[in-house]
Amino acid sequence: MKNKGSVFSLIPYYAWIILFVIAPILLVGYYSLLDLDGNFTFANYKQFFTSVYLKMTLSSFWYAFLITVFSLLISYPAAYLITRLKHKNLWLILIIIPSWINLLLKTYAFIGIFGNKGPINAFFEKIGLGNQQILFTDFSFIFVSVYIFIPFMILPIFNSLDKLNPALMDAAKDLGASRITTFRRVIIPMTMNGIKAGIQAVFIPALSLFMITRLIAGNKVITLGTAIEQQFLVTQNWGMGSTIAVFLIIIMFIIMFLTGSKEKGDAQYGKNK
Amino acid sequence: MSENTIISFENVSKSYSDGTQVLKDVSFELERGKFYTLLGPSGCGKTTILRLIAGFMEPTEGDIFFNGKKINKVPANERQVNTVFQDYALFPHLNVFENVAFGLRIQKVAEAEIKQRVEEALKFVNLAGYGVREIPEMSGGQRQRVAIARAIVNDPEIILLDEPLSALDLKLRTEMQYELRELQQRLGKTFIFVTHDQEEALAMSDEIFVLNEGNIQQSGTPVDIYDEPINRFVADFIGESNIISGIMVRDFVVSMNGQEFECVDQGLNPNEKVDVVVRPEDLELTSVEKGKLVVTVDSQLFRGVHYELSTYDEAGNEWLVHSLKQADVGAKIGLDFDPEAIHIMRLNETEEDFDKRLESYGAESDEK
Repeated sequence: MKNKGSVFSLIPYYAWIILFVIAPILLVGYYSLLDLDGNFTFANYKQFFTSVYLKMTLSSFWYAFLITVFSLLISYPAAYLITRLKHKNLWLILIIIPSWINLLLKTYAFIGIFGNKGPINAFFEKIGLGNQQILFTDFSFIFVSVYIFIPFMILPIFNSLDKLNPALMDAAKDLGASRITTFRRVIIPMTMNGIKAGIQAVFIPALSLFMITRLIAGNKVITLGTAIEQQFLVTQNWGMGSTIAVFLIIIMFIIMFLTGSKEKGDAQYGKNK
Repeated sequence: MSENTIISFENVSKSYSDGTQVLKDVSFELERGKFYTLLGPSGCGKTTILRLIAGFMEPTEGDIFFNGKKINKVPANERQVNTVFQDYALFPHLNVFENVAFGLRIQKVAEAEIKQRVEEALKFVNLAGYGVREIPEMSGGQRQRVAIARAIVNDPEIILLDEPLSALDLKLRTEMQYELRELQQRLGKTFIFVTHDQEEALAMSDEIFVLNEGNIQQSGTPVDIYDEPINRFVADFIGESNIISGIMVRDFVVSMNGQEFECVDQGLNPNEKVDVVVRPEDLELTSVEKGKLVVTVDSQLFRGVHYELSTYDEAGNEWLVHSLKQADVGAKIGLDFDPEAIHIMRLNETEEDFDKRLESYGAESDEK
């Protein structure tokens, strides 16, 4: 009886979860079992395991992987540098602010920058390189995606680096470790949870990107995200779209599971235990 | 510099970029295989000395020598010195064995030797069999021992201890004092221990350096420093003491509040102003008639081993008394003490002059 208050206060939470998380997933699962005429079928699943869709899955993985790797390569040193600056919170905010700007707006800005009449091509023409096709290439797609995902990678890494007890670095040095060894043996393992969180925050959304893909890469890059969009809006094949979505959801769970952080001893890593 | 000197500081100063000077022209020599303590209040520069020896800092001026070689610019990871940090700084992502093995793995020691040396080190600190434990599973005292094992396993020439006992409770702290002292004697290594706890310093050290405001105030054995403090600061910091201004009337006679007392000090200028120290345990309760001093008992605390009495003489000076006997609060009592209990401190005397003066007493009493 004494838990009554907390049971009632949980109602909005459960209502939200049921309406907006569980119900849509069930609906997606249901639609994936229907063909174009609304009949029950497993044909969509059979079709997913054909080379067209498997290739698409692979290419989605490949692009998401590249986006994650480049984001990590840029974000880790950046986060490390910021923790050592005097006004680190100000610098962090400066990096976070662009993520508050509307995604579509930023994407259009890049279309302007990379376009045939954009500043970069104007510069290329000035130095005699001639007009280059930048937009609608793999490069521009990865570049813009990395730019957009960097804040999501920096934030968790910054937090885990900032929590590191500086005495541990002294201890490693004291025991004979060079800077590189300290980095490899102490700093990286102790910020692994931040790295994993960053990978989750980038890899999973990157897997289902479709707007940036459409606008920046044109029809050059086809990923699971663009395929779903196409099935729903162009071909009107909701069944096939849902099937791809089901696989996307399964893949996300697998990735969450793989990068899931062990809670053990996490709090002990901090300065303020 | 003698053969036995392991570390020496020559006119070392350390200032930070904002201009604060934490060490002022410090010089000293440390001998191999002894237990040294750097003692002082926070901000006195004791941790700075430790970090200079460890190699986490470079001196602004002056030179540091290790086995006769200048090491000002040698980085910490190339020095044969290991540190036990204040909060232990154990690696939380490694278990006990791997924490201790950390230094050996970096030196690329063979696996079999690592295993043997780590187990030996753990046995040394009474943690045999704890290798597979994770750090969060260990208690404060056990973590302390892991930190010590991690330092000694590398077989360094010097072990630095940065207030390693301050996080432990009183009982464990006392236990660890015995253990550390015993460990140092078994290993025969040079220990440099930093603390602000005078009891720790007195209990464990071969030699104590008392620091204040970036200067070494006094160095010597615990007994020397306790019995013959050089100035008000040292007398006050080491143990409890009654410090009263007085005038050295002539040799062997000092006057406090117009009353003359016999003492054993000599060689000072007649009528020189001095500070007089009498330790509370050297004062003995007696009747008003027999007492050299007559005081009124203001308050009394039971401390377990003794009563601590706060008393005031007629001139208003406080006299702290440690006594096994009880007294009545508010009563007038007499205090008695030997001439040897009086210790005279000249104002602004350097350590060098102070040592000379003390030596001269010894020489003269030998002649007698």
